Amino acid sequence: MTTKVIDWLDERLGLQGIYSTVLDRKVPKVNWWFTLGSASLFLFAMQVLTGIFLTVYYVPSPDHAYDSIQFIMNGVPFGWLMRGIHHWGASLMVIFVFAHMLRTFFYGAYKYPRELTWLTGAVLLLATVGMGFTGYLLPWNQRAYWATTVGTQIAGKVPIIGPYITQVMRGGSDLSAVTLARFFSIHIWFLPAVIGAMIGVHMYLIIRLGIAGVPGKED
Amino acid sequence: MAKSPHLTRNEFVKTMLAVLGTVMGVVVGLPAVGYLVGPFLKVSSSDVWVPLGPLENYPVGTPPTLFSFTRTKVNGWERTTNSYGCYVYRETAAHTIVFSNVCTHLACRVKWEQADQMYHCPCHDAEFGPKGQIIQGPQTRPMDRYENKVENGTLMIHFTKG
Repeated sequence: MTTKVIDWLDERLGLQGIYSTVLDRKVPKVNWWFTLGSASLFLFAMQVLTGIFLTVYYVPSPDHAYDSIQFIMNGVPFGWLMRGIHHWGASLMVIFVFAHMLRTFFYGAYKYPRELTWLTGAVLLLATVGMGFTGYLLPWNQRAYWATTVGTQIAGKVPIIGPYITQVMRGGSDLSAVTLARFFSIHIWFLPAVIGAMIGVHMYLIIRLGIAGVPGKED
Repeated sequence: MAKSPHLTRNEFVKTMLAVLGTVMGVVVGLPAVGYLVGPFLKVSSSDVWVPLGPLENYPVGTPPTLFSFTRTKVNGWERTTNSYGCYVYRETAAHTIVFSNVCTHLACRVKWEQADQMYHCPCHDAEFGPKGQIIQGPQTRPMDRYENKVENGTLMIHFTKG
């Protein structure tokens, strides 16, 4: 019965083809450092899921942001778990994505024909850091407020256009409700869209080109 | 090759993946459901006696008096203060009726019209007599009453709204 259903679906969807293309790829003999990409992908999936759940209660307004998070932590069953996973997963993701980049760099895996995999990966690393920066403001506590004050100030040190960058990031001359709203929007819409699209290209290239193995003596 | 009675490595990995995947799905899925529905499973209702001041404030023979009060409700991370109104009608020295000013038709607020000796609802012209009885209009039941009692000379009503 199950086989029949699977066969019926497979005939129409080509599941077997997808399965063998995606999972039964030939890979060179590699080591544990090659699991960092999959780990990053898993962490991203966790961040998306827990993030979606957090938006059920979180409100991006100075009046309610802090209180709504207190409610998630103390008033909602497993709210501490959702936020805990999102909080620690965020740090882990930055670490894993960065380590993944280092592995690719030191093994020379960015070379022909994988330049575009490397470039999309660079965008993914920057977007991940951007997620960390924008997400940091959302709790709207003292640490969030001053970290963003400093962060936007640092961006203002760019020659000539610096002050404008700071103003655009903050949505005004000071941190305000506008800043919180735009950081929230970037955090849940703009950057996830960029990351999703880039992961799509990144994965396509990995499946198309395969992965580079550990470089040998003659490489 | 003869079929071995033991699991092959491939079968073992697939079985373990299925088992672990199910366990992880349950471990993550159940809290997720609790997270969404949990805070709202317990019925929150307020069941308090609201004081309306000394009973002498409402002498026999005076028209029904509007008394307004507020109740604060916590909704998640927010506190909402709702105001409520009631009409106190001292029918006799020993008997007081307290009406909710919410119209029994579609929940507008009724107002006592002294000249006409009736409660009038501005929304659909529902009319109630001094004892809350239906005079005319679209409403199907008389005005709602609060249970009341007098404690140490203070009139109190039993407020049970959720």
